[in-house]
Amino acid sequence: MADPFLSIQHVRKSFGATTVVEDFNLDVERGEFVSFLGPSGCGKTTVLRMVAGFEEPSAGTIVVGGKDITRLKPNQRNVGMVFQAYALFPNLTVAQNIGFGLKVAGMPRADIDARVAEMLGIIKLPQMADRYPYQLSGGQQQRIALARAIAPKPKLLLLDEPLSALDAKVRVSLREEIRSIQKKLGITTIFVTHDQEEALSISDRIAVMYGGKAEQVGTPFEIYNRPATKFVANFVGTLNVLEGTVTDAAAGTVRVNSEQVSLKGKLNGSKSGDTLSLALRPEAISLGRQPGRDSSLSGEISEVHFLGSVIRVRVGIGGNTVSLDTFNSPATPPPAVGEKAEISFSSSDMLVLH
Amino acid sequence: MKSGKFWAWLVFALGAAYFFIPLIATVEFSMRMRRGEYSFDAYKVVLGDARFQATFGYSVLAAVFTIILGVLIVVPAAYWIRLRLPQLRPIVEFITLLPLVIPAIVIVFGYIRMYGSNSPLPFLATDTGTNALLVIGYATLALPYMYRAVDTGLRTIDVRTLTEAAQILGAGWGTIITRVILPNVLIAVLSGAFLTFAIVIGEFTMASLLNRPAFGPYLQNIGANRAYEPAALAIIAFAITWGCMSLIQILSRFAPRSANRPN
Ligand SMILES: Nc1ncnc2c1ncn2[C@@H]1O[C@H](COP(=O)(O)OP(=O)(O)OP(=O)(O)O)[C@@H](O)[C@H]1O
Ligand SMILES: [Mg+2]
Repeated sequence: MADPFLSIQHVRKSFGATTVVEDFNLDVERGEFVSFLGPSGCGKTTVLRMVAGFEEPSAGTIVVGGKDITRLKPNQRNVGMVFQAYALFPNLTVAQNIGFGLKVAGMPRADIDARVAEMLGIIKLPQMADRYPYQLSGGQQQRIALARAIAPKPKLLLLDEPLSALDAKVRVSLREEIRSIQKKLGITTIFVTHDQEEALSISDRIAVMYGGKAEQVGTPFEIYNRPATKFVANFVGTLNVLEGTVTDAAAGTVRVNSEQVSLKGKLNGSKSGDTLSLALRPEAISLGRQPGRDSSLSGEISEVHFLGSVIRVRVGIGGNTVSLDTFNSPATPPPAVGEKAEISFSSSDMLVLH
Repeated sequence: MKSGKFWAWLVFALGAAYFFIPLIATVEFSMRMRRGEYSFDAYKVVLGDARFQATFGYSVLAAVFTIILGVLIVVPAAYWIRLRLPQLRPIVEFITLLPLVIPAIVIVFGYIRMYGSNSPLPFLATDTGTNALLVIGYATLALPYMYRAVDTGLRTIDVRTLTEAAQILGAGWGTIITRVILPNVLIAVLSGAFLTFAIVIGEFTMASLLNRPAFGPYLQNIGANRAYEPAALAIIAFAITWGCMSLIQILSRFAPRSANRPN
């Protein structure tokens, strides 16, 4: 990345004796949509609030568009923010809410009106201008909050779990709308969430956070398929973990439940006799031998859940259980509990968790 | 069940009687100025009295200044405590309760000692200074009511998030207080204002000891020297107080409804 638009460098934040964010680094390009994903309490909000200016970093710098903004007040940063609790001004109408930032900036009345109308069009609520916030649904309120945040054309848009107070259906439609508005306006965006599906579906890149650090920053594809740490592998998606013992480090063979699996080139640094955690995504496993899958393990079917189009099967392999999904096929009945079964997979899909 | 209801009604009736009988008696008495028939003569005399108009006008003006002073002190203070110093709230609540515990006469003697004409801050040397001191004293007396009203109003909004939302949109403190906080607690501020008004209109001790031509001392003076007029005055003062209370009730219906549903 030649010249990142937003650069968060070595940022640390302590509240008293407890350090909440530790050496956080992230570069974001102009127009990029980056999500912060992580469990509760990992410091997502704290990092976002430092970018907004509500918290001052204990150390480190934040640069936007080549300008160091670390010590600027929130009202000097030209950043837009959407809060989980909507935070619309209850005494102002929708139009006044959206125009608030413009009015504060001293924009002429006619220009404000034009911009507000444009915003109402973008969020597809053109007829709501004269309503008060209490007359709107949660989803509508959050769209107004989005319009209010982007009306003054901020350099950055920050969203702190904007969808978590909404019900599931609205959540999905609104997240797509946020993404499409963001793309259309080309506004650099940070989106905080603890919902991995949300992060995977709408982000250009995801920063997976844990314990105040960015564990991994990458595209959704990279994060999901090539997790850099055990935490990322476990936190994002479902994972089947098998214990294995290295039998021949040079040849890359690992014994799993008395069967050999070849993991050439994946064991970097492990010695013969080491125990490893091996992980497989459910969708990387097939029931029975399949063409193109170079490895297999045998076990016994322990659970079968018929979910309609998909059948979720759990197979016991020695002391471990793996989940896999197969598609329902009307011609073949689902496997029965207690049957012997073989699972197959490509050794290249297997993740070695360090 | 039935007897429970009976006792409840009995207690209610006793309470109502305790409240209404003196009131009705006063009304009845105030209308007996003319022998043998009821009339509003006492009210005519009172309302036509130049001193009534002067002292009432003075007290209304004092009340207006007291309300302005109270709002200027209490709104920013209560807001700041909610926003940044929540740990101070119990202490501040205690301080605002002090005027209920310390008699007004103690406060006013303190003032007279502190601000006499040969003190470094000679408030009492001039009429304007004394008027200002009276307003300050009234603001102190009204503090418990004003603070509680405003604080209750602030509780209904998400002060912190609204402040941050305004800040990130570029607003400074002045804009935040006047355009975001005050409008949302306006009804609470108004109810505090009417309570202040009611207190100031009837206040006697401070006005009398500072020798101000206020309504309270006038009431007392009339009460000591006339027969029917004090009753009429009492009813007028009562009506003013009740008018204020009803206005609070009416205004609270217009409070901006909070749309924040934080979870
Ligand atoms: N003002 C503060 N004073 C002390 N500790 C704080 C403060 N703000 C946050 N923390 C602590 O910092 C940690 C990270 O908080 P933060 O709000 O950033 O987490 P988060 O990742 O946003 O979590 P969530 O998903 O629950 O919103 C938490 O352990 C929290 O208790
Ligand atoms: Mg958070």
